[in-house]
Amino acid sequence: MWLLDSTNHQSLITNHISLAAFDFSVFLRPSPESALNNLSYLLVGLGWSLLLALGSWVVAFVVGSVVGVMRTLPGRILPSIGACYVELFRNVPLLVQLFVWFFVVPDITPILGDWFKQQVPPIWQEFIAGTACLGLFTAARIAEQVRSGIGSLGTGQLGAGLALGLRRRQVYLLVLLPVAYRILIPTLTSEFLNLIKNTAVASTIGYLELAQRSASMAETTARVYEAFTAATLLYAALNLLVMFLARALERFTALPGFLGGDK
Amino acid sequence: MISIRNVSKWFGEFQALKKCSAEVHKGEVVVICGPSGSGKSTLIKCVNGLESFQEGEIWVDGISVADRKTDLPKLRSRVGMVFQHFELFPHLSILDNITLAQCRVLGRSKKQAVEKAVQLLELVGLAEQKPKFPAQLSGGQQQRVAIARALAMDPIAMLFDEPTSALDPEMINEVLDVMVELAQSGMTMLVVTHEMGFAKRVANRIIFMDRGEVVEDRPKQTFFENPETNRARQFLSKILTH
Ligand SMILES: Nc1ncnc2c1ncn2[C@@H]1O[C@H](COP(=O)(O)OP(=O)(O)OP(=O)(O)O)[C@@H](O)[C@H]1O
Ligand SMILES: [Mg+2]
Repeated sequence: MWLLDSTNHQSLITNHISLAAFDFSVFLRPSPESALNNLSYLLVGLGWSLLLALGSWVVAFVVGSVVGVMRTLPGRILPSIGACYVELFRNVPLLVQLFVWFFVVPDITPILGDWFKQQVPPIWQEFIAGTACLGLFTAARIAEQVRSGIGSLGTGQLGAGLALGLRRRQVYLLVLLPVAYRILIPTLTSEFLNLIKNTAVASTIGYLELAQRSASMAETTARVYEAFTAATLLYAALNLLVMFLARALERFTALPGFLGGDK
Repeated sequence: MISIRNVSKWFGEFQALKKCSAEVHKGEVVVICGPSGSGKSTLIKCVNGLESFQEGEIWVDGISVADRKTDLPKLRSRVGMVFQHFELFPHLSILDNITLAQCRVLGRSKKQAVEKAVQLLELVGLAEQKPKFPAQLSGGQQQRVAIARALAMDPIAMLFDEPTSALDPEMINEVLDVMVELAQSGMTMLVVTHEMGFAKRVANRIIFMDRGEVVEDRPKQTFFENPETNRARQFLSKILTH
């Protein structure tokens, strides 16, 4: 029975998994990738997870800001395009989107698709498909937040900017977005944490990120508790780090007398 | 200077302005008053193109606001506007609030813009506040900064939309004093306000609006002493009693 180490009779008797039941030496044994031990194997996975999260975040932030701004513009066409984008990407299951980006899009894209399938190494194929999928999905969520952030500033700030002779583009870049992003730091932070969590879906197309690696480690070593506990702790540590950095950013950009800044 | 001719505006089905006409000559101060919802803000926002209108014409310094060929940002940069809720930019210091459009719109150098800003902050009595942020100032101070911000563009006319109605009573006068000074310096002003003391002191004419119509447009003496219409009389008795 793999749940309990045979050398730990005590835990067998009490039917408890005590800390002593964990065999930490498993982390130093060779991993499925034989050059690495299991600990390094997982840490590399964390790196790939983080890389996917960061790549997707860049896509999500840029596309989300553009789509969110589009939804606040006057007229019919641009806001409708923005609304369609959000509905489409928010409501199709993430897994389906990922399969479309990985299996379908390269097949129906002439030239670029062939190059992608033949020349790009598999890990980068998975990374690119994952970035497109997670980036564009998260963009839909960020777009909604950017839209509501700009909306919360009301038409007053826009009017004040326009009344000074600034062009609409200038009002957005110089006033509305800088203020909206400040207001949105906490929600954008939780969006980024969600994104880190969602990187695990990339394991379904073979991307060897942390979740996938903890699963293969569990399988090859028969050390399920150790493998998944380690993965949990690594995800938690990453989340803590992100929250810490977000707090620092929030403090750094806080405005005196406004939104929790000092008087 | 400002000429409003038969302007009508609809929000969907609802007609907010009904054939409104008014003139503001150079150096004149014209006060617009009227009950809530009568279209005062809508009308004044049409003057610098913040609201569009479906019928009629508005001319500012010989330029048609509704003409598609008009460079609206350029026109707006020449007409100052002050809002009920100040609308200072919260992420910029007082100084940067006043220099932003000078640099970005008029192309002034940072140095010129700062000089201008400091000079205007002195005029409105807030020279020491320039490194602070809007949220650190009182409402009255913020509104004076907003006036300075508009004046920094060297406007040919100023529009005010209820500049004191969001202020605590004890701060109203510090803002009105600045406006009186501005009026006396010869600035062309179109002011939506219920401060009849201000109107009596500096206005040349009073426009009374009700339900989207310009009901009266008369010199202040005759307006206050003997309003022509019942609607204006009722409105005056309501606001002058308190
Ligand atoms: N964006 C809008 N969409 C639809 N109706 C509007 C809009 N803005 C104003 N209105 C309507 O137009 C009418 C005139 O509004 P406006 O704000 O000009 O009145 P006002 O005289 O400035 O009133 P107040 O003294 O309350 O500021 C009101 O009935 C208002 O409900
Ligand atoms: Mg109004």
